[in-house]
Amino acid sequence: MPDSVAVVPFVILAALAVGGGAMMVLTRNVVHAAFWLLEVMMAVAGLFMLLSAGFLALIQMMVYAGAVSVLVLFTVMLTLRRREDAERSLDLSWSAGLIALGVFVAVGAAIASFVPPAVVAPAVTPGVAEFGRALFTERALPFEIASVVLLIALVGAVWWAGGDDR
Amino acid sequence: MTVGPTAFMALAGVLFCIGLFGALTKKSAVMVLMSLELMTNAVNLNLVAISRFMTPASMAGQFAAAFNIVVAAAEIGLGLALVLALYRLRKTVELDRIDRLKG
Repeated sequence: MPDSVAVVPFVILAALAVGGGAMMVLTRNVVHAAFWLLEVMMAVAGLFMLLSAGFLALIQMMVYAGAVSVLVLFTVMLTLRRREDAERSLDLSWSAGLIALGVFVAVGAAIASFVPPAVVAPAVTPGVAEFGRALFTERALPFEIASVVLLIALVGAVWWAGGDDR
Repeated sequence: MTVGPTAFMALAGVLFCIGLFGALTKKSAVMVLMSLELMTNAVNLNLVAISRFMTPASMAGQFAAAFNIVVAAAEIGLGLALVLALYRLRKTVELDRIDRLKG
């Protein structure tokens, strides 16, 4: 496992992610924004592959690019009465921009003063098999709790979004 | 040429701040939820990058990111269900028109 990753795919994927995020915020059309979000999710999945986290890249594609974007598009289309309602005002504000810029300056200062510790990389990159083995042995309890969380969220979402006839 | 953890952390910071800006400015509830998803993605990217460069053998950050994805999926499902319920009650998803508690 090398100590660092190649710069060319990183720059391409980072530009795709940042550009897609900026377009999501700056586009007027809600449906277009949903598709820009999908593009950002796919770029982040590529970054996960670059970080040799193949299983997470798979989850990212299935959960975010698959399920979440379809859910967002369904909600957009269920809450629009006319086609023209998808076009919105840009809703930009200086105060929110200042808050986001302030957070970015604080985060940037923290990153600039960060010194990465010297870590000896393992000879073989741990893959999906090692990830799955650890998930079902030492991390079995959080795994089961996660399934309960998902079940409760499923029941709650059906209850809230369900019809009026109850 | 190669890049280390700092570049990934800076990228995650940029994505997080774009999402924060969107979550603070947008007046459509769906757009706010989409911006929240962008922020969650930035956090996941940070976790995986730190796991890759600090604890490559134990993959601690990858597990944190996986459980974070579970929680984020539950959040977006419940959030969009709330938006649908709200739309059925008030016929709008504009956040500045949902002001029943305004004094």
